[in-house]
Parts: sequence; C-alpha cells; structure tokens
Amino acid sequence: MPKVRKGVEVSIAIADAVAQADTDVIAAYPITPQTHIVEHLSEIVANGELDAEFVPVDSEHSAMSVCCGSSAVGARTFTSTSSQGLALMSEIFFIAAAMRLPMVMALANRSLSSPLSIWNDHTDTMMVRDAGWVHIFVENGQECYDNIFCSYRMSEDPEVRLPVAINLDGFILTHMIEPIEYEDDETIRKYLPPFTMINALHPDNPVSMGCFGMPEIYTETQMNREHGIRNSYPVILKAWDEWGKLTGRYYRPVETYRADDAEYCIVTMGSYGETAMEVVDTLRAEGEKVGVVKIRLWRPFPYDEIRAALLGKKSLVVIDRAISFGGPGGPVASELRSALYQKKGAPTIVNYVAGLAGRDVSRKDFRNIILEGKEKARRGETEGFTLYGLRG
Amino acid sequence: MKKIFSRPECLKPTPFHYCPGCGHSILHRLVAEVIDEMNLRGRIIGIPPAGCAVLAYDYFDIDMCEAAHGRGCAVATGFKRSRPECIIFTYQGDGDMAAIGTAETLHAANRGENITSIFVNNAVYGMTGGQMAPTTILGQKTTTSPFGRRSNVEGYPLKITEIISTLPGAAYVARTSLATPAKVMATKKTIKKAFETQLAGLGYSLVEVLSPCPTNWKISSIESFKYLEERLELEYPLGVMKEVTTEKGS
Repeated sequence: MPKVRKGVEVSIAIADAVAQADTDVIAAYPITPQTHIVEHLSEIVANGELDAEFVPVDSEHSAMSVCCGSSAVGARTFTSTSSQGLALMSEIFFIAAAMRLPMVMALANRSLSSPLSIWNDHTDTMMVRDAGWVHIFVENGQECYDNIFCSYRMSEDPEVRLPVAINLDGFILTHMIEPIEYEDDETIRKYLPPFTMINALHPDNPVSMGCFGMPEIYTETQMNREHGIRNSYPVILKAWDEWGKLTGRYYRPVETYRADDAEYCIVTMGSYGETAMEVVDTLRAEGEKVGVVKIRLWRPFPYDEIRAALLGKKSLVVIDRAISFGGPGGPVASELRSALYQKKGAPTIVNYVAGLAGRDVSRKDFRNIILEGKEKARRGETEGFTLYGLRG
Repeated sequence: MKKIFSRPECLKPTPFHYCPGCGHSILHRLVAEVIDEMNLRGRIIGIPPAGCAVLAYDYFDIDMCEAAHGRGCAVATGFKRSRPECIIFTYQGDGDMAAIGTAETLHAANRGENITSIFVNNAVYGMTGGQMAPTTILGQKTTTSPFGRRSNVEGYPLKITEIISTLPGAAYVARTSLATPAKVMATKKTIKKAFETQLAGLGYSLVEVLSPCPTNWKISSIESFKYLEERLELEYPLGVMKEVTTEKGS
C-alpha cells in the first residue's frame, strides 16, 4: 500500500488498516452497523492480500472467545461488533482484559435493546465502561484509520498488554465516505513492530491463564488490573506522539478547540465534536466566549488533562449519548463531576443527554444546548440531566 | 357471488417490507392462514427473530414479543411453562436458529418443550447484508465467503433440523420448501401439523422452510426459485424427519 489520499467508506478504511497492520486472526459475527468492516476483511483475506485466519463464528460470544484464544498464543487479533453483539460477548469481554490479552476492537457504537434499534448512541460502550479495556473515541474516518495502528501499539506493548476498543459512531462514521490519508506500508512497519507476546501459551514454555481465584487472591488480581490500566497511560501518550511524528497527525487524551480563553465549554465524545466546533465558531463570531473540549481517551480516564483543560472555566455543558438510569445522569457528566469535585476553580456542570438511537442533533440543536446550558449553569440548575428534544 | 379468497384475519392490511421474491411474505401468509383455520388467534403468542422478519409484529394481528437474537426458544419456554393453554411459536432465520441461538434451540427441543419453531432457511444472513450462514451451502458465494464456501475453511452446511430430529424431546420435525405452489401448500399442511402436535402436548415441533433470498443470492426472483429447488433442496432434503403420535410417560 503506497501513501495515498482517497475517498473511501470509513468501514473499508478500517479494514484496510487492519490488513496493513498485518493482523493474524479476525473473528466476528455480523451485526449492523459493523458489517462492512468485517465483510471487507473477509474479501482481503480471500483475495490472498492478507495472510490471516478469518473466522466467521456462530455468535459474538464465540467471536470474543476466539480472540482470547488467538491472542493468548501470540497472534495479532482483531474483532468488531456493536450493541447487542457487545452485550452478548460481554462475559468474555471482561475476561480478555483480566487475562491481559492484547487485541483491537472497532466498536461501532449503537443503542441497546429494548426497543430494538440499530442506530447510533453510546449505550453499548457505557455498558462495558468498567471492563478494564482501553477505550478511545474517534470523530472521523482518518482518526479511525490512524487509531487502528496506534491501538495495536498500545495494546501489545509489554507494559500494557490490554485490549483496546476504538469507539466509532455507528452509521455516522461507519457508513460515511470521507477523504482518508493512507500511510505506506513502510511507515506502518516502522511504527508497528511484529507482535511478541510475553508468556504466550506454548507447550515449550508452559503457563496457566485465567485460573480460579480464591478469596485470598482475588482482591490482589483486581488491584493488578487497576495498576495495569493506569500504567498504560504513558504508553498511550507515546504511541500517539510517535504516530504524530511519522504522519503529522497528533492525538491527545483530551483535545480542545478555542477553549483556552473560553469562559465556558461544551464537552463531547465521538463524532459530535465536529458539529460542536462548527457551532462554536458561529457563537464566537456572535461574541460568546465558548470553546469545545473533546474526550478522546475514555479509559484510562485522563484526570490530569481534564483538570488542566477545565479548571477555571465558569461552566461546562456536557453532552452524553447514554443514560445511567436512576443514577447521576449521563456517564460522561458523572465522570467530570467526580474528576473536578472540590478542585479549586471547578466549573458548574450542566448535563444534556442527546442523540439517543440516532435521533439527529443538528447545529441548531447544539446551539440550543450550548446557550440553554449556559443559562442553566448561571441559574445553578445543575441537578440531574436534561433529555434534549424529548417529545410529549 | 361466493367469496373464495381473502386476507387472513390475523394478518393486518400492512404492506410487507420484504424484498421482491422473498419467501417471508408467503410464509407469513401461510402461518396466518393456519392460525385462522385452527381458530388459534385468541390464544397464540409469536416470537419474531432478529433478522429480516424482525418486524413480523407489524403484520400479524396476534400477541408477539421480540426476543434477543437467538433466544426465541428460551423465551418461548418461559411463555409456555407459565401459560400452557397458549400456543407458542418462534419464527426464526438461519442465523437466529442455527448460529447464535443453537444452544437455546437444541436445549428447548431436548427438554421437549411443547412449543413450535418455524425456521426459515435461506442459506444466508439476509438482514445484515448477505453474509455466510452456517446453512450456506458449499460453493455458495456470500459477502463473507466471496469465492464460495469452502469446507476446509468455513466448514460444512449445518443441518440443525436433522440434529434436532435425533432428540427424544422433539415430537414433530419436518423440512419443506417454498419453491413451487405445490410445495407452498405442503408447507402450510406441515405448519398445521406442527401446531396440532403442540395442541396435543406431544413435545417440541420444528418446521424448517427453505426460502429464496434473491437479493442476497444476487439473482432474479425467478432464478432464485430455481436455485432453491435445484441446489438448496439437494443439500437439504424435504420431508418429515420425525413424527411422534403418542404422549410419552415421565
């Protein structure tokens, strides 16, 4: 693959990146809107362009189990799913992280049943928020392509050895045709070394994995997991930094737009960041001192960068794409409240949940949310959340 | 003038969303006719699949409850055990029945749950865009077997119906096809027989219906019926595989 800029569906670009990364094993079960990623990979493998095992398994539960097996013996492993598929594989999803098995997942975010819906929001990923995976959110096709390589780097680093999920908004990104810059194979080879699994399963060097944990040891294993994911933070930064040096495209755990001198900010995750920037430009022209803060790294949660970006602002309007029923509001707002609580200069936080199951959130809606949210903050209406656009 | 043909009462006057040439529309009508003829409408509960027929409740004017992909027979078990006077059926595709829901289906049949499954086999995952199913026949091209299914890589067509016919809990197991008008009529009789098996409390009943999918087979409707008869029926022979006529002891 030469370095080239081309118009391509984001799902196809993801599959191409997985192939360029010389992935060894792909196991998946079809689910909308993930299908094009896996279909294209099956073509690439069938064409002989990638020497990999493509396993069209019977369910997502099996898909994640296959991935655990292939990763445990040291194969570079990829899968992709959405929504109900993620729910079905959730049992093994947790185990993959606990057993420190490197792999990369393209998680095409989609709402959960019921009611049955195939459209985009973040309820699926929030279900596995605490599983111990590294979670990255992307907002366009280029970021999807780039982060396949970055994710393998993070995931397979001996200091990390954790599975990484790239969260991309279903349909909004998966089915979008965008101009995407492909890197040449040489650059990829330079950036991403072959996967060497320490303590891989092999009869020559016996190890035991996934053993029974009695009460005497279970607690310690959980602390080990906590250390593991927290220690991944510097490796994640380094992986993004080196990718930036090679390609000119840099990523940070928290990214800001016109936020430095902003009095208040809108906080988003995923593809909404692009709309937010557009709307903030318009509002700035009208004299509103507003900026955008985008959370790219969801787990491990980037506390320092969040505090650096947000302390000192008057208020935040946080858009969530999922509800924590009976809980503190949206999960992102909840996390921010926790991260900023009792810190000097902590802003007032107003939480909106919007765009559930693909309900369109237009520029006009963003404008409404930002301006209404600012007023709510001024009035001190910070309890709970507002479900934007709720009818009836 | 005598009226000799009308829409079944339990089929709403809603236009089907199915692709031209799809078998679901025919099969929906057959199921509806049987429900009417057996006068089951007041006590039947259907479980639609995740798959092309996910919107079955938009067409059937009976109680229906969606199950998660593959879980139809488990949900049906819950209904039937709590409401044994009701007639319970699942309507499932090959992904639902023979891939993601194999465990639920097999074990419901093995427990001899007194429920009925109507299993639509079109040898492809229709709704998600024509990926390979466990029932895809060797050599068949799909979006995840672009050069045709190979036994050494993707394995063999899974004959879930034959497997279920070996289980003691299964009372009536049959395979039919929608390839010709005569086979359509035979399918209707088979569905009726399956519901009668349930009414008689004999155990699990399963009707596999071979059905065309011209959209994902990427051939015309007419060709798809030919493919169904000449290729699919060869791999999946039609007929009654098991029929229990007396109730078993405990």
